[in-house]
Amino acid sequence: MSENVLRIRDLSVNYQTDRGVLKAIRHVNLDIPKGSIVGVVGESGCGKSTLITSIIRQLDDNADIPNGSIEFEKQDLLKLSLDKMRNISGTKLSIVFQDPMSTLNPVLSIGRQMIDIQYRDKISKKRKKQRSIDMLTKVGIPDPRNQLNQYPYELSGGMQQRVSIAMALQAGPSLLIADEPTTALDTTLEVQILKLLKDLQEEMGCSILFVSHHLGVIAELCDHVVVMYAGEIVEHGSTYEIFNNPAHPYTVKLLECDPASISKKQRLLPTIPGEIPDLINLSGGCIFKNRCDQSIDRCDKHTPLLNEFNKNHFVSCHLIES
Amino acid sequence: MSKLLSIKNLRVRFRTKSPLQAMLQKIDDPYIDAVRQVSLDIKQGETFTLVGESGSGKSTLALAVAGLLNAAEGQIKFMNEDVTSMTSSQIMAYRKKISFIWQNSIGSLSPRMSVGSLITEGYKIHNLKDRDLKMEADRLLKLVGLPTNIKERYAHELSGGQARRVGVARAIALDPKLIIADEPTAGLDVSVQGEILNLLNKLKDDLGVSLFVITHNLNIVRHISDRTAVMYLGRFVEQGQTDDIFAKPRHPYTLALLSANLTPYPEASLKNRIELKGEVPSLMNRPNGCEFHTRCPFSSKHCDNEFPPIHTFDREQILTCHYPLNKN
Ligand SMILES: Nc1ncnc2c1ncn2[C@@H]1O[C@H](COP(=O)(O)OP(=O)(O)OP(=O)(O)O)[C@@H](O)[C@H]1O
Ligand SMILES: Nc1ncnc2c1ncn2[C@@H]1O[C@H](COP(=O)(O)OP(=O)(O)OP(=O)(O)O)[C@@H](O)[C@H]1O
Ligand SMILES: [Mg+2]
Ligand SMILES: [Mg+2]
Repeated sequence: MSENVLRIRDLSVNYQTDRGVLKAIRHVNLDIPKGSIVGVVGESGCGKSTLITSIIRQLDDNADIPNGSIEFEKQDLLKLSLDKMRNISGTKLSIVFQDPMSTLNPVLSIGRQMIDIQYRDKISKKRKKQRSIDMLTKVGIPDPRNQLNQYPYELSGGMQQRVSIAMALQAGPSLLIADEPTTALDTTLEVQILKLLKDLQEEMGCSILFVSHHLGVIAELCDHVVVMYAGEIVEHGSTYEIFNNPAHPYTVKLLECDPASISKKQRLLPTIPGEIPDLINLSGGCIFKNRCDQSIDRCDKHTPLLNEFNKNHFVSCHLIES
Repeated sequence: MSKLLSIKNLRVRFRTKSPLQAMLQKIDDPYIDAVRQVSLDIKQGETFTLVGESGSGKSTLALAVAGLLNAAEGQIKFMNEDVTSMTSSQIMAYRKKISFIWQNSIGSLSPRMSVGSLITEGYKIHNLKDRDLKMEADRLLKLVGLPTNIKERYAHELSGGQARRVGVARAIALDPKLIIADEPTAGLDVSVQGEILNLLNKLKDDLGVSLFVITHNLNIVRHISDRTAVMYLGRFVEQGQTDDIFAKPRHPYTLALLSANLTPYPEASLKNRIELKGEVPSLMNRPNGCEFHTRCPFSSKHCDNEFPPIHTFDREQILTCHYPLNKN
């Protein structure tokens, strides 16, 4: 039996808005096994960032969590004091964002920042510097000793992203969260960064939660894929199952919309007609029913549950149950 | 089709050290060339896409085209008028004909303004007082497929796709001839991405505008673009008809870029992957000879000391390389 680094149970997140309560995430369960890479895909606004920010406890001020638990290394992160949380994030739990400059300080040299984040470790500055050099070497920064004197803006976007990955991995986290870390990069750099993440993950044995809209990237990197729609997990399974045997009508449509899947050139790109439901006025039943071309009576009244559809593959859809 | 934009030999420079620093550190030329020797034509109603290395000067080129950065050398002609020699009032009129769509549309929209005032802001900036702003707002919202009652909402209340549409509505407000879209769909899911691209395509047909799209997403380039240029270290290493570039990339960097495009669908993958060695060189220290030779898997004699010649193939596929691929 594999152990889980992260175990989310029945998590819901609400935002208070002028129009009422927006239920951004509802009753989400998610496991991240030790040493695995889990990808999250889904419509813009389906709650991916909300999920991540609730794990690192950095939700916006107007958010609250009515129910749920986020168990990380045997403790519920939601119950920790902010002080304890700060000790965990940046050490055992790290994050890399799309824009590396959101984690790098523009006015401090790379070296200074890499040494500063080791403030908890009681070792000499010289050792800290050496460690920083080793980490930069690992992420493939040439001439790391000299690079320590550089400022972030003197590096290219790909180098900045590698430095932010180096900083995120420096403390040897057991979970790395990455929110679209390669979207701003060209494809050759993207491939390099993914290879790097995979190598480091294997070497350091950490797990990765990886969010992206780029299905090709997800397929390349991840072991397991979670598909979200309008605040719920509608399907999850091994990467092979999700891409070769998608079962939820939303997943099927999502894959069909990927321009990469269409080999012949076409001007008019496929889309999923209709709109995501209003998360402030949710009606019961299946969350995807208003855009599904196969919906039946039951979909209106009853909310489907995630059921095992195939080995290592779960789907929440009445059509599959019956 | 007639030429809308014609650029010859453009160079855009950035200062890297202040005059004092440069003097103290004895640096003669404290500049980098972010764009160098770039020539391109965009025809009326055409979609031109620019792809390439991160930091290769794509956004810089776009800003120079829009008159927001000065050219150090070269010529920009727009509808046969020379932009580089325009007076500031002429530039103002010129800027009306070109509009931008930015990647981060929610971030670039002011949170204090309603959608209605956001999309009609351009009329105020350009002092077009005769317009009925409410009517204009309704017209623009209909064009981009948004309900007109969205006018009263604020930017942060919009979904990612809606915010992008508002960005498009703003961009077409002043009846531009050219829309420059810098990463117009980054951060969107594939369905909303399709909606935005279909919308841009439709506006292109209905309004006759040309599109200049910058993106890292090769999957969309293949479908939406007429012509493509590939940029490396501030230069165009290859340009041509998009179909030709994808079917027969002739510059090794183009091949590397296409072959690194990841897809879950092996049958639709673009090329067998080739890997680039080494690091992207610094603009402050350009390699000798062919500037790509330090990373090129095919580099050979002359590449490290002679600047490569320009080749022109059928259908205006132009590239700079000593040993072009796919020769026949
Ligand atoms: N601070 C907030 N106040 C009100 N609503 C919010 C807030 N933050 C997010 N939301 C809403 O919550 C829902 C989920 O948003 P979230 O940012 O988590 O989606 P996402 O999946 O990360 O989207 P994207 O793919 O665009 O990054 C959306 O409907 C969004 O509009
Ligand atoms: N205002 C500036 N001052 C100095 N250097 C700059 C400035 N703006 C850009 N640069 C440099 O010019 C080069 C080209 O930058 P540019 O933003 O045009 O690249 P890009 O191709 O758009 O990259 P990306 O794909 O990451 O968006 C980079 O090396 C960048 O660091
Ligand atoms: Mg997000
Ligand atoms: Mg750019």
